[in-house]
Amino acid sequence: MAYVALSDRGQALSHPKSWVTKYVWSQDHKVIAIQYGITAIAVGVVALILSAMMRLQLGFPDSFSIISPSEYYQFVTMHGMIMVIYLLTALFLGGFGNYLIPLMVGARDMVFPYMNMLSYWVYLLSVIILMASFFVPGGPTGAGWTLYPPQAIMFGTPGADWGIIFMLVSLAVFIVAFTMGGLNYVTTVLQARTRGMTLMRMPLSVWGIFTATVLGLLAFPALLVSAIMMMLDRLLGTSFFMPAIVSMGEQTEYGGGSPVLFQHLFWFFGHPEVYIVALPAFGIVSDLLSTHARKNIFGYRMMVWAIVIIGGLSFVVWAHHMYVSGMNPYFGFFFATTTLIIAVPTAIKVYNWVLTLWQGNIHLRVPMLFAIGFIFTFIHGGLTGIFLGNVVVDLPLSDTYFVVAHFHMVMGVSPILVVFGAIYHWYPKMTGRMFNETMGKWHFWLTFLGTYAIYLPMHYLGFLGVPRRYYSYEGIDFIPESALALNTQISTAALFVAVVQILFFVNIIWSLFKGPKADGNPWGATTLEWQTKETPPIHGNWGPELPGVYRWAYDYSVPGAEKDFIPQNVPPAPGETSGT
Amino acid sequence: MEAILVFIFVAVGVAYWWLWRHKIMDKPWATEGTEIDVREDLGGMFSSAKTGLFFFLAVVTSVFSLFISAYFTRMEINDWLPVHEPGLLWFNTTLLVLASVAIHWCSRAEREPVVKATLMACGIFTIAFVVGQYMAWQQLISDGHYLQSNPANAFFYLFTGLHALHIIGGLWVWLRATFRVFSGVELEEARISVHLCRTYWHFLLIVWMVLFALLLST
Repeated sequence: MAYVALSDRGQALSHPKSWVTKYVWSQDHKVIAIQYGITAIAVGVVALILSAMMRLQLGFPDSFSIISPSEYYQFVTMHGMIMVIYLLTALFLGGFGNYLIPLMVGARDMVFPYMNMLSYWVYLLSVIILMASFFVPGGPTGAGWTLYPPQAIMFGTPGADWGIIFMLVSLAVFIVAFTMGGLNYVTTVLQARTRGMTLMRMPLSVWGIFTATVLGLLAFPALLVSAIMMMLDRLLGTSFFMPAIVSMGEQTEYGGGSPVLFQHLFWFFGHPEVYIVALPAFGIVSDLLSTHARKNIFGYRMMVWAIVIIGGLSFVVWAHHMYVSGMNPYFGFFFATTTLIIAVPTAIKVYNWVLTLWQGNIHLRVPMLFAIGFIFTFIHGGLTGIFLGNVVVDLPLSDTYFVVAHFHMVMGVSPILVVFGAIYHWYPKMTGRMFNETMGKWHFWLTFLGTYAIYLPMHYLGFLGVPRRYYSYEGIDFIPESALALNTQISTAALFVAVVQILFFVNIIWSLFKGPKADGNPWGATTLEWQTKETPPIHGNWGPELPGVYRWAYDYSVPGAEKDFIPQNVPPAPGETSGT
Repeated sequence: MEAILVFIFVAVGVAYWWLWRHKIMDKPWATEGTEIDVREDLGGMFSSAKTGLFFFLAVVTSVFSLFISAYFTRMEINDWLPVHEPGLLWFNTTLLVLASVAIHWCSRAEREPVVKATLMACGIFTIAFVVGQYMAWQQLISDGHYLQSNPANAFFYLFTGLHALHIIGGLWVWLRATFRVFSGVELEEARISVHLCRTYWHFLLIVWMVLFALLLST
């Protein structure tokens, strides 16, 4: 019997008939990916504007104080939540996951296309609910992105009226959307790989996205559980998290609840969440470095093992976010140890990226610049993470700008650099056009150096003991004048970097119409998505027959080969020896 | 957090074992051209639908493990007053067991009338279970055990409510399976839906048994 790939058995693709089913209610993974991407980036721009408003307040408290203290907390909260969940998680998994998985493993589409479509629309609903909270009485919640009770639902916290309810509902809806998408990504990787695409021949991008999705499926329930219980506390007066508390001089009806329980549940989600964002970035950056250095990724097996080991370990480090919660010091010791252990596979990845570059034929194109930039910012943020992973260092620094600098470097700037690199890298495949290289390079350098101008001084502010979460530092004795001056500088850099992003939008929108036509494989890459007949690939991705895979994803600069890359679907030449 | 950690250790253990089986030690640069595919050895044991369902059940297990973890943590605080579970729950449990038996029977039945009868029986028992759970709530409320009065009560309503929600989600799939069987599609085709239902029902029975045992013992 002729071989029929698992993905081609049984179900026919639904072929769109009208414009609406093709571009709006589409079941094509590529269209859904772009819908996810546009929505995530749009909501990310909102979060960027919020951060600009916050920086105006912090940097120029005398001249540009246009937001109130309540608004400041609301903006902090919304900025954090949007960036972590609605932008990064949605973009890496819903966006890149959707676009890359079927193409990279040689499938025609996701295995459950209808559910995939639903996933996007439910995600959009969660975004709409979140945005609606700006317009409800009292505005969005200002509880901080961690939403710690009791303050998150106590009157006095901005948005305790309606904002917090909208936030919790939006998160629950997001989790439903993510679960629908996530089941698709995992099942597609497991079931729909084409002939010859063994697990160990999958590009690292797929490994990263796949592992992150499994983490998400297991970890997001913790957020759901805490959201449900907090909602019951807020609406029905239960006391899961709420202790006996006096508010505005009156004894509330709450009693006995455990706020620390919420922290445990939240961070049981929150820490894997860091890796839900980081693992896809790790995978994608590996492919970018290898392709643009024309060299196989150094230590492919190590890279895969590191991804799955980080995935496993990410579930046993959560309480390092809670050293200051008053927990048992032995717990702190345990979690400090696991935190340092997880640095080992992470460091292996960093070494392997650097060793991939070693003696490579490095092409400093725009995606490569972003990938190399990521190595810098990630090492930077990773090292400060080792500082903070130790209890004795964390205690004095926990409430300072050092923490802000650390997490922005490691899970703000680093993944965003990969997002930009990845968009530039796959832009020719997605649109069939090339972007403007010069504008892309300007975008990289200004963003990369600009973010250092923002976050490097923040470490110093942290050492000075400048507390985070403050609306204003005026009249606080222990904060020196120089710190205020530094804040002005940071704000200037932040506003500059925010404005520079216009270059990116102008570039991708202008190139969409005016960019030179791209060839199907402009970077000379080996992975399957570059081997499609049409660019951009049509619905169903491949012609009548699915591609067969004969080699791993990193046959670059193979000695004796005709070109400096051999695509995965090229059969071995007669006499070609393996094991080189 | 013990319950969720136990689940995570099992899940990660299974994942690593599975990766091991799938030749994660292979040197991919040294295996050009070969077309080894472990999935073929498994002979389509896992269809896409079954794989998806398997992961969905893992998500649901994670949700319940987290609630159970929260339950144990909250129980330690001294305002906890154990609930006196209504005896009706034993009757409801029997209904759910019968539903599970019915769907199992259905999945193995050869003749069409038996398939139809057992499938219907499964649905009826399940709906009766949900109604029974609602009556148990009514009983508790009439005895003055409200959601707010004690954390133990709150967990009781939470557990039973969420479990019922999952059952109702399952009933929707059951409805589709029933529709397929009665609308006269090939029995073999409808059997796939029935098999998925069977896995889901057994799973929800186990979840209920665990929750019920937990509620009774504390």
